Amino acid sequence: MLGRTASGLFWMMRYLERFENTARLIDAGFRMSLTRVRTPAGEWESVLTTAGTRDAYLQNHDGFRTREVIDFLFTGDDNPSSLLNSIKGARENARMTRTALTRDVWEAINETWLQFKQNLAEKAYQSDVQDVLSSIRQQSALVRGSISATMLRNDIYRFAQLGALIERADNTARILDTKYYVLLPSSASVGSSLDRIQWEMILRSASAERSFHWLNGGEVNPSEIIEFLIHDVRLPRSIAYCYDEIIQTLGELETEYDRRTPAHDLAADHEAHLTGSTRDTIIGSGLHEFLVDFIARNEALSRQIEEDYRFSG
Amino acid sequence: MFYLGMPDRSEVFDEMYGFGDDLRPAYKGYSELLSNIDPAHLKRQSDKAEAFFRRTGITFNVYGDADAEERLIPFDILPRIIDAKEWRTLTKGIEQRVKALNAFLHDIYHRQEILRAGRVPASLILENEAFLGQMVGVNPPGDIYTHIVGTDLVRTGPDEFFVLEDNARTPSGVSYMLENRETMLKMFPDLFSSVGVETVSDYPSLLRKALAAAAPQGCDGKPTIAVLTPGIHNSAYYEHAFLADQMGVQLVEGQDLKIADGRVCMRTTCGFQPIDVIYRRVDDEFLDPLNFNPNSLLGVPGIFDIYRAGGVTIANAPGTGISDDKALYSYMPDIIEFYTGQKPLLKNVETWRCSDPSSLKYVLDNLPELVVKEVHGSGGYGMLVGPAASQAEIETFRAKLTANPANYIAQPTLALSTVPVFTDAGLAPRHVDLRPFVLVSPNAIDVVPGGLTRVAMKEGSLVVNSSQGGGTKDTWVLSDG
Repeated sequence: MLGRTASGLFWMMRYLERFENTARLIDAGFRMSLTRVRTPAGEWESVLTTAGTRDAYLQNHDGFRTREVIDFLFTGDDNPSSLLNSIKGARENARMTRTALTRDVWEAINETWLQFKQNLAEKAYQSDVQDVLSSIRQQSALVRGSISATMLRNDIYRFAQLGALIERADNTARILDTKYYVLLPSSASVGSSLDRIQWEMILRSASAERSFHWLNGGEVNPSEIIEFLIHDVRLPRSIAYCYDEIIQTLGELETEYDRRTPAHDLAADHEAHLTGSTRDTIIGSGLHEFLVDFIARNEALSRQIEEDYRFSG
Repeated sequence: MFYLGMPDRSEVFDEMYGFGDDLRPAYKGYSELLSNIDPAHLKRQSDKAEAFFRRTGITFNVYGDADAEERLIPFDILPRIIDAKEWRTLTKGIEQRVKALNAFLHDIYHRQEILRAGRVPASLILENEAFLGQMVGVNPPGDIYTHIVGTDLVRTGPDEFFVLEDNARTPSGVSYMLENRETMLKMFPDLFSSVGVETVSDYPSLLRKALAAAAPQGCDGKPTIAVLTPGIHNSAYYEHAFLADQMGVQLVEGQDLKIADGRVCMRTTCGFQPIDVIYRRVDDEFLDPLNFNPNSLLGVPGIFDIYRAGGVTIANAPGTGISDDKALYSYMPDIIEFYTGQKPLLKNVETWRCSDPSSLKYVLDNLPELVVKEVHGSGGYGMLVGPAASQAEIETFRAKLTANPANYIAQPTLALSTVPVFTDAGLAPRHVDLRPFVLVSPNAIDVVPGGLTRVAMKEGSLVVNSSQGGGTKDTWVLSDG
């Protein structure tokens, strides 16, 4: 496979995953803004921080008003991770690697793009943001479904998977990091209603609120949330799940190409670091520090994969 | 169904009704079936076809048009039909022309006998931008210059076919020929079981064979083939991806290639892998920044040196672009006679070369009746259609023409044949041309039975180019008997 094709597949999926994650963040933020327990500004600021675009936002805005934040997250020219830029990036990469995709996958991505553009043209998101977000979830499910159902399980599929998993692990780490302080044990505010809303917000941002309640019978405990999102391999958005899958996918590439690369060792090292930690060691040595370190490791793995498989010249 | 005739029906040949109201034989079978289809059904299928094109992303990019970055080419659901006998005549004429073109290209890059014989002015070749001095003395594998040709034909009467352009450089549109047929098979499956239509669907495998047959001599075993595209922003990117996909070969960009150990290699996830044959959709100028345009980011530094040394085949060969020059076009009848010893089977359109003072005077005196084109132009850009132009447009063109006469040729405005298209008001005649696709390999010339019929969607318009709003139709060649 061409290195550029591998790159196109990898980034197509990173952008698609980002598209969906951003939609989920907006959804969570929007719900918070409706609860009116306090001003929504703080929540929108968190959403922007999680999306990694707070600084870009503040360059041209001077407050976190719902309308402006939503506009920025949907179409902001000055926001490289806007929904518009994410789906555009996904589609451009899909177009570039079109010959590697099945017709079903290409059409699903193309339709997602056409549908989103139409929503923008009709300004649908300004009148009914949740409707548009739910259509994004549906379209993303269609893309994932067609990938899963029609793609050959070869290197094409594997590079696509790696992109999705790395982006997702990054996203989950950012969700936790943005709110790490509400998860830490502190005598002042344990269990206040404000805390509970924040915890819900974290779970909701990771599409994990239902699963969490099934497992915990409605009891919400912040250290359980940390455990769940970082270590629970049953949760498809947990960091441990992503790394299990990354290790497996890299292993399949190793078999297919009959070649082990530095990325394999790096991924194994990161996984050992993950499984060697517990919620207690993480909280003990600093949740924030752990997450910052993880985000950097994850990015380093991404770069190593790009280098080992010659994504660019 | 009601056919909305044009006022001058007796002067314009209609592919379905000729010059009068009698159905031509090629359309008999189809017309019967058509009359049994409910217009509402036609309308539904027409809308479905459009949705299909959009969803599949069969689009083209329009340069300098940021808003509509990717556009659909309008597709008309009524086929253009050619009978078996007409097709045989066309095929013979096209084969003759393509043979002559290859002989001509070989000659001008070797002994230049046609120049010595004075049949074509030496200055037209040697001073032409599209003439590649670097190709002199180079022998392309199998001595083929134009592996792929898309000859543009127009028709003005029952037996009046003219070649409008030879398109020997990098003809595009073949993906539309294939997708249009696929769409018709989806929308009207019954038609094809009743009317015998030749298939076009083996074009990709024929193309693959033609490219493989052109592999360099040193290549043993199955040649590695790749399609070279300028990238996703090129107007024909869809087609490049489509052809690579259909042939099962890699779609590469210049950035994927480098020269290593005397070979052209592509960067894969497992290292660099040599390529034997490159079907390039990048113009000569941009192929190689070391040998041609140094500012090109699309090409591969040094690729031409490997080509010259026989390490890779480039199809079509560098330097073929000169045969698309519109001033040279006017010499095609001489060129055909010179190399084949025969009279041309297909006519050329009468052409005035504005470099010639007496022709220029004639052209300037008759601008409102003529079509004027740039000699290096393509895609319908930089062209004047006299009868359709405003006084102001004509005057602007007159100034350009006077300033640089050698840059232009002029032709009479031909009454291009019409074919019915489906409109909300009923069937209406629109002007068409025809681009059959030709594949040349060392032992065969294949003209695929079909082609791209381009249609001017605006009533009375003679400009069929997709960049100017033209549409396309499926093209049926009927099987014998």
